[in-house]
Amino acid sequence: MPVVPVRHPGRWVAAAVVVLLAVMLVHSLFFSHVVINGRTRERFEWNIINQYFLSSEVVKALGITIALTVVAMAGGIAIGIVLAIMRLSPNPIVTGSAWVYIWFFRGTPVLVQLLFWYNASYIFPSFSLGIPFGPALVHFNLNTWLTPFLVASVGLALNEGAYMSEVVRAGLISVDEGQTEAAQSIGMSRFMTLRLIVVPQAMRVIIPPTGNETISMLKTTSLASVVTVSELTFTVEQIMAADYRTVPLFMVASLQYLWVTSVLMVGQYYVERHYAKGSVRQLPPTPLQRLRRGLLIRPGQTYGRFGDVDGTAFVWTPRD
Amino acid sequence: MVDAQGVRKRFGRQEVLRGITLQVRTGEVMCIIGPSGSGKSTFLRCINHLEKVDAGRLTVDGELVGYREQGGKLYELRDREVCQRRADVGMVFQHFNLFPHMTAMENIIVGPIRVKGEAKPTAIRRAEQLLTRVGLAEKFDAYPRQLSGGQQQRVAIARALCMQPKLMLFDEPTSALDPELVSDVLDVMRSLADDGMTMVVVTHEIGFAREVGDSLVFMDEGVVVEAGPPKEVLSSPRQERTQVFLSRIL
Repeated sequence: MPVVPVRHPGRWVAAAVVVLLAVMLVHSLFFSHVVINGRTRERFEWNIINQYFLSSEVVKALGITIALTVVAMAGGIAIGIVLAIMRLSPNPIVTGSAWVYIWFFRGTPVLVQLLFWYNASYIFPSFSLGIPFGPALVHFNLNTWLTPFLVASVGLALNEGAYMSEVVRAGLISVDEGQTEAAQSIGMSRFMTLRLIVVPQAMRVIIPPTGNETISMLKTTSLASVVTVSELTFTVEQIMAADYRTVPLFMVASLQYLWVTSVLMVGQYYVERHYAKGSVRQLPPTPLQRLRRGLLIRPGQTYGRFGDVDGTAFVWTPRD
Repeated sequence: MVDAQGVRKRFGRQEVLRGITLQVRTGEVMCIIGPSGSGKSTFLRCINHLEKVDAGRLTVDGELVGYREQGGKLYELRDREVCQRRADVGMVFQHFNLFPHMTAMENIIVGPIRVKGEAKPTAIRRAEQLLTRVGLAEKFDAYPRQLSGGQQQRVAIARALCMQPKLMLFDEPTSALDPELVSDVLDVMRSLADDGMTMVVVTHEIGFAREVGDSLVFMDEGVVVEAGPPKEVLSSPRQERTQVFLSRIL
């Protein structure tokens, strides 16, 4: 007896609407023009975007943005790990001070924090290492020593540390207590247990929000423009001030941020995959592996050992 | 090997151990039975420093657990000293607690290499022997999640044995297993007992206690109600509470 599948007319309508909107978007992005004062120009002025996209100023600024992201995230993660371990300490003074740090840095805007560090030399014109309230051993003049890049990276790292500590702490407490007990029962010290047993398992929980934070940081670095770091947004604004190409230049900046974000997302995928080791019976194939297998596959051929749950392999049969 | 004199332990208001006194001789297999909440697991955890003893004396191989006695005072042990003593006592948990990010082999050798500082080849050789002994020689590179519960528990036993302990503690090692997998684990434990390992086993496996155990302890509400040779305690219990408990489970 023939089987009549359920029809889904709503899906077809929804798909048609989405496709129509997508076509309109592509059209307005690439194929439409505007007429101003009798002169016709491309709506999005791709020729100008093109002209600036790989200009030396923009590329150099992008480099500074990436450097700032890397330094601030590295600092943030380091501070975050220390704070997370402090918050899990049995010593109430240690726990309390970590809590106060997080409270302060999460509770004030990053922009204000950056401006504060930029003007820190107003409050602390110099900085000395020595005996507290006693003689100084080393002396720095903060006005000459603090470059805008240093101010921005330290400021962003201090702020990021507060957020990262919560991410790390969530990861550490997600690991089952039994793991710690098993590690201790074979004589591991507290530190060894943390390093060999708890942290590698916590990474699975820590990585996704850290990727999120990194992507967020890439764009937060644009705030460094207020402390005169010539990163991407700052540079683009300066070019704008000279030749008034406002929209195309913002497009240049956005597209630059977008491709770096894309690269970061791919990186995150592979890091997550690495730490999934042992947590799933069989790692799912990467998009690349899936593509390669999809291209090489023949009708009726078994679809490898991947993607199966119960040990049975998928067999790909073409529709017709 | 283990000597407990009036061991007490409380969690908040509740006193879980209310004066446990018992001795385990070297080479003895002692099984502890009792209803849940009777303090059996807590006592086992005290032996391995996973819980702190509040009162009484508990010694393992002549060494006081958790403290050093000197000049009439008890000095609390530092973390490092506690770790050293734990390394001599193997423990097997109800839920296996294998490290999921390591293969069976890595689970077994991580202790000897990192804690005892053994050379990797030596540790691997011993681990291979142990895996063969527990019947899992070919599973050395499997991750715990790729193993059945019974296999995981046998790897966990191998992990504890690879530290070459002088005492093995089993905390309900078969309670989380499917019934048909229990015997594999019990067989391994039986062969361990035959080799003369000193063992303290908290269990609900009365058959194992009867056949393998040298002594049987019945605990209830934080005290030892009855103790003696397994056959005697099981066939003719003297205390009423023991009788009631045994009639429920047998």
